[in-house]
Amino acid sequence: MTSIIGRPLTRIDGRAKVTGGARYAADFNQPGQLYAVIVGATVGRGRVIDIDSVRVLRMPGVVAVITHRNAPRLPYGPHKSYIDPAAGERLHVLQDDRVRFYGQPVAVIVADTIDQAERAAAALHVAYAAERPVVDPSDPTSRPIVPVAATPPDARIPADASRGDADKALMDAALKVDATYGIARENHNPMEPHATVAAWDGDRLTLWSKSQFVVNEQAEIAAIFGIPPESVQVICPFIGGAFGTSLRTWPHVTLAALAARQVRRPVKLVLTRKQMFVTTGHRPRTVQRVALGAAANGKLTSLVHEGTGETSRYEEFIEALTAVSGYMYACSNVRTRYRLLPLDIGTPNHMRGPGEASGIFALECAMDELSYVLGIDPIELRRRNEPEMDEGENKPFSSRSLTKCYDLGTERFGWSRRHPGPRSMRDGRLLIGMGVASATYPAFQARSSARARLLADGTAEIEVAASDMGPGTYTSMTQIAAETLGLPVGQVRFRLGRSDYPPAPSHGGSWTMASVGSAIRAACISVQGEAARRATADRSSPVFGAPPDGVEWNEGRLRRRGGSAPGQSYRDIVASAGRPIEASASAQRDPDVARRYSMHAFGAVFAEVAVDPDVGTIRVRRALGVYGAGRIVNPRLAASQCTGGMIGGIGMALMERTVLDTRDGRPVNAHMADYLVPVNLDIPKLEVHFVDEEDPHVNPLGVKGLGEIALVGMAPAIANAVFHATGKRVRDLPIHIENVLTA
Amino acid sequence: MRPFGFEKVRTEQEAIRAAAAGGRYIAGGTTLVDLMRDEVERPERLVDINALPMGGISVEGSDLVIGALARMAEVADHPETKRVQPLIAESLIEGASPQLRNMASIGGNLLQRVRCPYFRMLDATCNKRDPGSGCAAIQGINSGHAILGTSDQCVATHPSDLAVALVALDATMRVRGPQGERSFPVEELYRLPGDTPHLEHTLHPGELIIEVRVPGGPYSRRARYLKVRDRASYEYALVSAAAALDIDNGVIRQARIAAGGVGTRPWRLRACEEALIGKRPIRQAFEAAARLAVQGARPLPGNHYKIELLPRTMVRALEMAGEVA
Repeated sequence: MTSIIGRPLTRIDGRAKVTGGARYAADFNQPGQLYAVIVGATVGRGRVIDIDSVRVLRMPGVVAVITHRNAPRLPYGPHKSYIDPAAGERLHVLQDDRVRFYGQPVAVIVADTIDQAERAAAALHVAYAAERPVVDPSDPTSRPIVPVAATPPDARIPADASRGDADKALMDAALKVDATYGIARENHNPMEPHATVAAWDGDRLTLWSKSQFVVNEQAEIAAIFGIPPESVQVICPFIGGAFGTSLRTWPHVTLAALAARQVRRPVKLVLTRKQMFVTTGHRPRTVQRVALGAAANGKLTSLVHEGTGETSRYEEFIEALTAVSGYMYACSNVRTRYRLLPLDIGTPNHMRGPGEASGIFALECAMDELSYVLGIDPIELRRRNEPEMDEGENKPFSSRSLTKCYDLGTERFGWSRRHPGPRSMRDGRLLIGMGVASATYPAFQARSSARARLLADGTAEIEVAASDMGPGTYTSMTQIAAETLGLPVGQVRFRLGRSDYPPAPSHGGSWTMASVGSAIRAACISVQGEAARRATADRSSPVFGAPPDGVEWNEGRLRRRGGSAPGQSYRDIVASAGRPIEASASAQRDPDVARRYSMHAFGAVFAEVAVDPDVGTIRVRRALGVYGAGRIVNPRLAASQCTGGMIGGIGMALMERTVLDTRDGRPVNAHMADYLVPVNLDIPKLEVHFVDEEDPHVNPLGVKGLGEIALVGMAPAIANAVFHATGKRVRDLPIHIENVLTA
Repeated sequence: MRPFGFEKVRTEQEAIRAAAAGGRYIAGGTTLVDLMRDEVERPERLVDINALPMGGISVEGSDLVIGALARMAEVADHPETKRVQPLIAESLIEGASPQLRNMASIGGNLLQRVRCPYFRMLDATCNKRDPGSGCAAIQGINSGHAILGTSDQCVATHPSDLAVALVALDATMRVRGPQGERSFPVEELYRLPGDTPHLEHTLHPGELIIEVRVPGGPYSRRARYLKVRDRASYEYALVSAAAALDIDNGVIRQARIAAGGVGTRPWRLRACEEALIGKRPIRQAFEAAARLAVQGARPLPGNHYKIELLPRTMVRALEMAGEVA
């Protein structure tokens, strides 16, 4: 049988999605359900001093007005997972009168209909004692801090790290660049809004809730309400895009559960688009300095990377902003520094390619700047600094295909047609620029479990509390199970998105394939073992009496090893057993492998832009990404995932920016007409290639993950192309017309 | 959204009577419903005029006549529009998104409300929404705001692309109301904000836009609309320019120029037009004329770039018009 892993299958859930059969959180309407609408603070900092609930309670259909004055004190027991900031404490919603940021929930209205609830929410008068918030990182009163979680010597994201003496080497360097790069705040803005339907049955709570991490939502809500996790069930079979915004359990989930308990009816709560700009995280604004020193031959002699990210005043959100500079290039003198700037904003969180996407923008733009200082082709410069090992961790890479990615990309993109000088290429009136950047993201793997079940009809069911926010988890996991079991894809059903399934790690960080895929493989092998045990003990089986190592599986049939007999099918084994055969298993990375190897995916991203020299319009004309990311389970879905990431990168480079009014911290463009993301007309031909990469170390499947790396590298490639086109170096994202107008 | 009455009318008389009694006309609803959901618009009663026979696109003599209920997409795609007034088609295609263009009527397009973010947020001050409350934009985020025709009370730009083209082409509109019928230039539909930014147009209570009439001219075919923005579709203009040229023997006889994204109403640039008369259609002439475009402009900290972008956009639009065969 040819391998099922590696086949470009279409999405097995595609038909359900396009025909409306797929049910998203807000689709799970419950009998007798009421509607909840959140009222957000209209000041950026201060206290709630009065809420006129009485008048609103008399409005038609209004069942409850819940505020800090009448909300029960919730236990908010200690609970933190790795997706929550390690330092600080989560927002305790409706537990006090403090307003910590604009839009923070100060009340929730429950009514018979959504219209009545919205009407009442708009009518609720809340009086505040307002204070001036500080939301601008450049505000003179804001002070950077050393992140607590980044100070232990073994911190994955160290506040300070160095090798050699980067500052002295920089001073001594004959050729150098030293520049500061800024990235705007971005909001995830998936199509599907956050939504939770909450229903209590006695002390048991069911949440149909948009989540990338159902078992953590279960644990978090249980901790907040002080009830056992077994009393909470979280269900989320489909996600309409998330990009990280549904990793954490945000206050609206608590409010839905709280409201449902107060009114003793099921409650549905869907955030508005506007609310999704303030209470569900964002990519933090960052300011980074990168300084590079080099010898005339292009070899780096110094790399300094200092980055500051914004966070809230109540939690320290950290991301791997400077991590890439530790391992990307060969350089004996490297110093990185990472700080946080607490502001009067909601806590940021992971947004596709967190840390690396922002960090690589600064590093790869600086490399591009250096290439012009040195007069060396930007790809050649990267080749000359290709390291033989991870010099930061002082260990070999499990695999690294960056130069192979550049080889293939150079050829496919037609890099040789590029004239080296800035502002040297034209197409008619338009200025043409070609830019390039490296991409990278760690190949993580976390512990995951899975359950496999063989049924009487010869089919198999797989269950994991995993998620599919769009990459095609349903399909790729089915492929892994089908391949492992030797069954056709059509005879395997993969189920996910329930907290009572075997636990999976968060659906983020590009580790679902490695983590959940490995667990499914393990569970399938386990259930085969269980089936074999039953068969070899069954007198009616052709393999009866065979020792455990005397049998083998071949295309879904068990036979004596080396024999030519057809053996016994799953169906027959299950029939003999009289009931389904089930096994669970877990998988995690061998810690010894992690100690010995540095494991990352790498890629090369190319972009061509056209800039109108008269009016400054910047359009990406084509882009190409080449990735070395281990084994590709489904090339069609993998390419689609990369295309999506590249589009996200175009948004990051040229469009996305949440603009806050510094007077009260309100986002002024919290609307899809005003917060720009690329539309179809902005997206040219995007090409995706994968280089063959066999990595025997990362995990038994040899997979690295693609979700993040597909976005990482796009923004600097575009920024570098804009420089090549115009001769103007724009170091702040997004690059808008006004930034290149006077080029 | 606040509760509201809804009445579907079958005749113009019914419509005008209902509106004179306090009803608000609704056609495509693409602006009104959006704003009602945010409670920025709070009509007591809506009068659905979609059943009135006011659609249709025709050519009368050299005039293009567009019914007020014709949809943006329909007008943009109509062969007569493209043939006699390509500028109208181009300005429509550059507006909104395909979904919105399928719904939005021509009359509604001309009366759409401003895109100022503070106008759309009930918890911000806005003299247009709540007269006398103040203007949050002047000291706030104002990168999209106007540099021409502003006052200390309001700096919001008029959002319509179509209106820019219509004003450039001296289009007129016919309206009917309780006091009967009248016609006037589209340009006169719009008021400057002055001290009364809540008064945006010159229609009398109950008046209904019946049709828009675009007179043909020797410049009609040599006309282009250029809209400058950070994404290629579905974004309001940072700056836009409508330019139409009548060129005879290599000399400009007449020019029609208007700009969008820069004024508190669609901004006709007559001084620039006059400066082009008798000139050859070359870049230097366009640049010299374009310098006049920003005379009297009052930029804010966030929109200073428009002082640079407006002349450049105008020059480019004129070049594009001049290149039309």
